[in-house]
Amino acid sequence: MKKTHIIGLILIAVAIGIILITTGDASTYVGFDEAERIAQNNPNQKVHVVGVLKKDAQGKIVGMHFDPAVDANRLEFIVQDSLGRENQVIYPAPKPQDFERSEKIVLVGSMQSNKVFYCDKILLKCPSKYQEGKISADSTATYEAKKQL
Amino acid sequence: MIHETIGSVGHLLVIISFVTALLATFSYFKATQAADDVAAKDWVKLARAIFIIHLIAVIGVASSLFVIIYNHYFEYHYAFSHSSKALPMAFMISCYWEGQEGSFLLWIFWQAILGVILMVKNPKWEAPVMTVFALVQTFLTSMILGVILPYIDLKIGSSPFLLLREAQPDLPVWSLQPNFIPKDGRGLNPLLQNYWMVIHPPTLFLGFALTLVPFAYLIAGLWKNKLTEWIKPALPWALFGAGILGIGIMMGAYWAYETLNFGGYWNWDPVENASFVPWLVLIGAIHTMIAYKHSSAALKTSIILVISTFILVLYSTFLNRSGILGNASVHSFTDLGLSGQLLIYMLTFLFVAIFFAVKRWKQLPVDEKELGIYSREFWIFIGASILGLSAFQLIFTTSIPVYNKIAEAFGIVSNIALPADQVEHYSKIQIWIFLAIAALSAVGQYIWWGKLKESTSFKPLTNSALVATLLTVLFVNLGKVYTVSYILLLWTSLFSVIANSNILIFLIRQRFNLVGGAMAHVGLAVMLIGILFSSGYSKVVSLNRSGFAISNKVEQFTKDDNKENKENLPLWLGQGAQMQDYLVTYKGRMIELRGKPGYYPRKDFEVIEGDFHAVALRNVEKDGQMVAKKGDTLTVEPENTYYELEFKNAEGKSVSLYPRWQVNPKMGTAISPDVKHAWGHDIYTYVSLDPRLAAEAGEEKQWSQTVNSTVSIGDTLFLNDFVAVLQDVSRVNSVEDMTLGPNDAAVKAQFQVLGKNFQQFSLAPLFIIKGGMVAMPAFESEETGIKIKFTAINPKTQQFSFAVNTTQQDLIIIKALEKPYINLVWVGSILIFMGLFVAMYRRMQQPKAA
Repeated sequence: MKKTHIIGLILIAVAIGIILITTGDASTYVGFDEAERIAQNNPNQKVHVVGVLKKDAQGKIVGMHFDPAVDANRLEFIVQDSLGRENQVIYPAPKPQDFERSEKIVLVGSMQSNKVFYCDKILLKCPSKYQEGKISADSTATYEAKKQL
Repeated sequence: MIHETIGSVGHLLVIISFVTALLATFSYFKATQAADDVAAKDWVKLARAIFIIHLIAVIGVASSLFVIIYNHYFEYHYAFSHSSKALPMAFMISCYWEGQEGSFLLWIFWQAILGVILMVKNPKWEAPVMTVFALVQTFLTSMILGVILPYIDLKIGSSPFLLLREAQPDLPVWSLQPNFIPKDGRGLNPLLQNYWMVIHPPTLFLGFALTLVPFAYLIAGLWKNKLTEWIKPALPWALFGAGILGIGIMMGAYWAYETLNFGGYWNWDPVENASFVPWLVLIGAIHTMIAYKHSSAALKTSIILVISTFILVLYSTFLNRSGILGNASVHSFTDLGLSGQLLIYMLTFLFVAIFFAVKRWKQLPVDEKELGIYSREFWIFIGASILGLSAFQLIFTTSIPVYNKIAEAFGIVSNIALPADQVEHYSKIQIWIFLAIAALSAVGQYIWWGKLKESTSFKPLTNSALVATLLTVLFVNLGKVYTVSYILLLWTSLFSVIANSNILIFLIRQRFNLVGGAMAHVGLAVMLIGILFSSGYSKVVSLNRSGFAISNKVEQFTKDDNKENKENLPLWLGQGAQMQDYLVTYKGRMIELRGKPGYYPRKDFEVIEGDFHAVALRNVEKDGQMVAKKGDTLTVEPENTYYELEFKNAEGKSVSLYPRWQVNPKMGTAISPDVKHAWGHDIYTYVSLDPRLAAEAGEEKQWSQTVNSTVSIGDTLFLNDFVAVLQDVSRVNSVEDMTLGPNDAAVKAQFQVLGKNFQQFSLAPLFIIKGGMVAMPAFESEETGIKIKFTAINPKTQQFSFAVNTTQQDLIIIKALEKPYINLVWVGSILIFMGLFVAMYRRMQQPKAA
């Protein structure tokens, strides 16, 4: 066998190794129920949960607690996943900017034994970002109104 | 009035550029197929004329769009969405690349210019190379065509010349006012209003455009059966492309470091990977292209890598622009409905390339003897393969969202997500790959320049290895590097720096234009050391040790005893906090005035709502110079708030940093750090939270109920966690903004206020009698959150009354990181690019390269 072939085989072996590592590292999108089950099997496995902040009828966020003067590194809130389950979430960092405005929220972390979801990372989906260049009728209206003043 | 002409001209020119690209493809193709030289010449002549018209049309398209942006024709969707009246000239150019159509246009523009250069420089290869070129241009111009095919109702491309009413026909405003023109545009994303963003995209797209050149030569070579000759003209272009693309990537990295708050210059974001992967593969291709003469393995690898580079550029464009990364990346473009078109583009060239490669594979030369372990080609081949491996790992993980889509297409529900900690995932694999690359670059250079031979075996490298070992021991102890993989990376990088420097010195004595390779390899190793320290030993310096923060929830705070929990430090206005070697004081919110250097207290200005002007509320001076008079109107960036943070070291030397919050109407709040550069490290600081700005409650402070107290001089009051002592009450003769008559009087009370950490403040409320009326203006101290009024004087008892309201003290939360030796990253990358350009120069000069 030629040296290049041997090297080729080694490279393929390494590539397979990389694929295996990636498969091991890859996370999954789950609901809280599934997150709980995964956490029981492997407490270190991190998952992605997609959900929305719990809000009351007036659109006010319910169950959020953050007091920078007391502890700047602790944010508590409640998220409802796509299957409807609500869960307490704790994020050990300051409240992300535009947190309240988010229409969808992706939590990366794991469920703890006390049924509280601890997340390391939050991705926010804010509405404005996905409507590039859209003018709403009322923004033009206010502009017109302003012009007349 | 709606300026319809300019848009129609622009659109017409887009169509002309598309048609000319198509015709040029056809004519060049005819030239390659022509039976005799005369016919071929005629076709080439025609094709050249068409391609020149194409270039002119492309320039015309770009100019039309610029006219629209420059003149603020907001009836056009592109101008409305990406520009505004507030935009200074330099950023009007940036408007081009905020939108997808504009960035395609930029790409088209570069490629049209490159095409003309190739046409002139290398007529021997012109017909086949330009066939590929013109075909690529056809696909690219189709992206901005904006034509709807009749009957089948198929939209091709997205035109930048759409009127607002064409782009958004559903708005109710059109039925009332068909000729409605918005008064102002939505503006350029303020995050992109940065000088790096003016030059980063053109550089990056020039890099992308340049990857087409080697690819076009390769296809031409395979097609015309010049299986090795294509490499010679392609190599300088490949080197140039790698240099430019690399610079473009590093500019983006530096922009991210300065502007985004993820704590570094590289985040392994899919968008970043998408430009880095083709660069890695291109570097691999360059290596094998140098070694093709004596090794068929190198030739074959070159073919594969050059094809991969070009296809990967298209693939990354597809990833970023199809919206497929939507859930995975923060900064991908929105879907313009071009994903299908992009996919066809990519697959066409993939198919063409594979077709030619397979067709010629059997005819490629075969090695007569096996590659020896002391041959240059052997080491180059291994090096290129490992670069390929690195690229493979990056693209394999980055493509995870694509697997979900593919599975979906087959009706399978797949919900794999990117690794939870991407940085950790990529780093733990890439560290070993780059460890190998650093080591190989040293060995490879020694072999290449004949320093290692069968007769010497590997002895010439012993010295470098010994010195590297000594230095590693030193650095491990000094820098407290105790992670095995880091120690190994440190050793190999040092080894590589030393070995390659030896070669560099040896070559400088010989001929300077040979030093490219050694220089780039030194650069890589230096960069690796910089990455190792700045990322591996990046340290949070804003550790929250203030006992105060723990006060209420001691149990919860200590329970999660991880460091993450305490990485953010609260800072109260005017009160210092110790952070590593510095006493940090938050001194207030600041604003920038356009055209004036520095930052000015925001409270001295009233920003006109919905506008980009502000009125000075008082005379503002800086360094003794009058900047603005009370009542002046100034141009500002109203979305930006800067926080003055004073860093004072033990010797009392102080420097101020101005991290930024940008309340960005296009994408929500963006947080930018400010960086204090020092030789050995950077201090990187950002405001992770400004509760007042975040709540948009900046408007009104919440004051507590009024508390009245009556005290004598020397008495103490407890206000808002502060101790206030009434020191003195005295008559004053003048009051700001008021003229006192002979019968008027003003009395000032002087409180000294002490904070928990013995910081001192003062409160000085006034009691004024003017024209028989009593005035008691409130004295507000922002630092302490106290508002105090001097309400009464009782001359008999010598007592004084005060009314006090308190509010939450102004507080921000900061995070600060120390990044040791980050300068090595920039120095190393500059060496790499210089090396690439030196090598390009050499390959252009001396065709009979080794």
